[in-house]
Amino acid sequence: MNWVSKFRKIPFWSWFWFILGVIYFVLPLYATLDFSLRMERDTLGFKAYAVAFQDPAFLKTFSYSIMLAILTIIVSVALVVPTAYWIRLRLPEARRIVEFITLMPFVVPAIILVFGLIRIYSSPLEIPFTSIVLLQPLTNFKLGTNILIIGGYVVLGLPYMYRSVDTGMRTVDVRTLTEAAQSMGASWATIILKIILPNVRTALLSGALLTFAIVVGEVILASFLGIPAFGPYLFLLGQHRAYEPAALSFTTFLLTWAAMGIIQLVTGGQSQAAGAH
Amino acid sequence: MIQTALPARKEKTPPSKLKNWIGVIPFFLFAILFLFLPSVRLFIGSFTDNSGQFTLDNLVQLFSQQVILDAYKVSIQISTVTALAGGIFGFMLAYSVTVGGLPKPLRTALITFSGVASNFAGVPLAFAFVATLGRTGFITAILKNVFHMNIYQSGFNLYSFIGICLTYMYFQFPLMVLIMAPALDGLKREWKEAALNLGASNLQYWLKVAMPVLLPSILGSMILLFGNAFGAYATAYALTGGQLPIVTILIGAQIRGDVLHNPGLGFAMAMGMVVIMAVSLGGYSWLQSRTERWLK
Repeated sequence: MNWVSKFRKIPFWSWFWFILGVIYFVLPLYATLDFSLRMERDTLGFKAYAVAFQDPAFLKTFSYSIMLAILTIIVSVALVVPTAYWIRLRLPEARRIVEFITLMPFVVPAIILVFGLIRIYSSPLEIPFTSIVLLQPLTNFKLGTNILIIGGYVVLGLPYMYRSVDTGMRTVDVRTLTEAAQSMGASWATIILKIILPNVRTALLSGALLTFAIVVGEVILASFLGIPAFGPYLFLLGQHRAYEPAALSFTTFLLTWAAMGIIQLVTGGQSQAAGAH
Repeated sequence: MIQTALPARKEKTPPSKLKNWIGVIPFFLFAILFLFLPSVRLFIGSFTDNSGQFTLDNLVQLFSQQVILDAYKVSIQISTVTALAGGIFGFMLAYSVTVGGLPKPLRTALITFSGVASNFAGVPLAFAFVATLGRTGFITAILKNVFHMNIYQSGFNLYSFIGICLTYMYFQFPLMVLIMAPALDGLKREWKEAALNLGASNLQYWLKVAMPVLLPSILGSMILLFGNAFGAYATAYALTGGQLPIVTILIGAQIRGDVLHNPGLGFAMAMGMVVIMAVSLGGYSWLQSRTERWLK
C-alpha cells in the first residue's frame, strides 16, 4: 500500500516531458560526437579533431573570428555602458527609444541587415548634391568590410548587451556613486572607467559571453561581406569533408556551452531569458 | 519603466535640458549608421523602379509572382509548425521543472541547456542534424539496423520541409522554455489553494484559473517563435544548400546576384519580411504585457 501511494506521488507526466526534452537535446550532440570519432575505420579516436585543428585555414579563420568577437565586445561595451549610465543618471526620457532601438535586431534579422548594409555602403559617400567623394565604398576595401561586419555584429548583440548592462545598473546606485566621485573631483572618464564599469562587471561578462557566442559561429554577415571568418570556413568544409566538420561543430557546441555555463555561474541564472537570436 | 523614471525626475533632476542629449549622441549615431540607414535604403528601394522613379509596382509584383508567393508560403508553414510544436513542447518542459514537481537541480540544468540550445543555430546545428538524421546518420542507422526501417525509403528526407522543421525545433522549444519558466513561476500558490478549497478539481484549476492567466503569454511566445523561425537563414542554407525555397534563402540569392531580375522587387521582399517580423514582435510584447498584470 505504501509503495503504491509513493508511486502515485511521482509526477509521471513531468518526468515524461523532461526525459523527452533531454533526448531531443542530447541525441544530435551524441550523434555528432559519435560521428566525429569515427574517422578511422572500426576504431574510435580523435583523428578528425587532430586533422581539423591542424588545418592552417582553420587556425587562420578561427583566430580571425575570435579577433572580431573581441573587437565587437569592446565597441559594444564602449557604446552601451555610457549610454545606459547616462540614461539612468540624466536622461530617463530617452529610455523608451533606446530600448526600442536595442530590440530592432529582432525585427531586422541578419540577412536583411546585411542586405541593407551592402546596398548602402557599396556606393561612395558623397557630399550631397555634389560629386565630391568623401569616402570610397566601404565594401571595396578590407578595412571597410571589417568596419561593416563589426558594426553589424554590435547590432546583432545589442539586445543582449544592453539588457544585461541595464539589469546590472539597476542594482547599483548610479546617482550616489556619481555624486560621491564628482565631489572628489573625478572626471567623467574616471567615473565610467573606474566606478561604473567595475560595478557592472558581472553584467558585462554575461553580455560579452553572449556576444562571443553569437559572433564566433556567425556565417551570414561574414559570407556576404566576404570576411575570412570561421563560420564560412566551416560551411565550405562541410561541402567536401565529412568528419572534420562534425568535429568542429561539436567543438563549437562545447564553446557555446562553456560561455553559457560561465554566465549561469556568475549571474545565478538571472539574465538568460534574453530572447530570440 | 515609466513608473521608475517619473518619481526620480520629480525629486531630484530638473527637467532634462537639451544639453543632456549630448551624452547619447554616439549611440544614436551608431544606430543611424548601422540600423536606420540600411533599413531606410531597403524601404526607399522597394518603392523605386529601375530608373529611380517612384513606383508601387514592386509591391504589386510581391503578390503576383509565383516564386515569391511560394517562398512566403513555405516560410510561413515552417514557422507556424515549429512555433506550435516548439511552443507546446517548450511549455510542457517549462511546466515540468517549475510547477510540475521535478527536483530543483533539474530546473537549473534545463534552463542552462536551453540557453545553450537557443544559441546553437546555424551551420553547426545543421551538421549535427546531418549526423543524426542524414542518410548515414546515427538514428537513421539505428532504425535501419535494429528495427529494419529505412526512413529514407519511406519518404523521409532531412533536406526537406519535415527535416527543416525537426532541425528548427532544436532552437525553438528551448526559447519557449526560457520565456515560459518565469511566467509559470509567477502563478501564485494561493490561487491553486483557493480553487481547491472551493472544491475545484486540479483540471478545473488549470482550465479556469491558470490557463486564462497564462494564455496571452503562451500565445505571445509562440508568435515570437514564429518570427524566430521566419528570420532564420544559416541553418536552412547549410542544411539544404540553398535548395529549399524560403524567403530568407531567396533574399540571399537576390543579394548575391539579382535572381528576381528586379532590384526593387528584392527590396520589397525584404520589406515584407521586416513587416512580418515587426508584427510578430509587436504581438509578443502586447500579449506579454497583458500577462504581466497578473504575474507581478
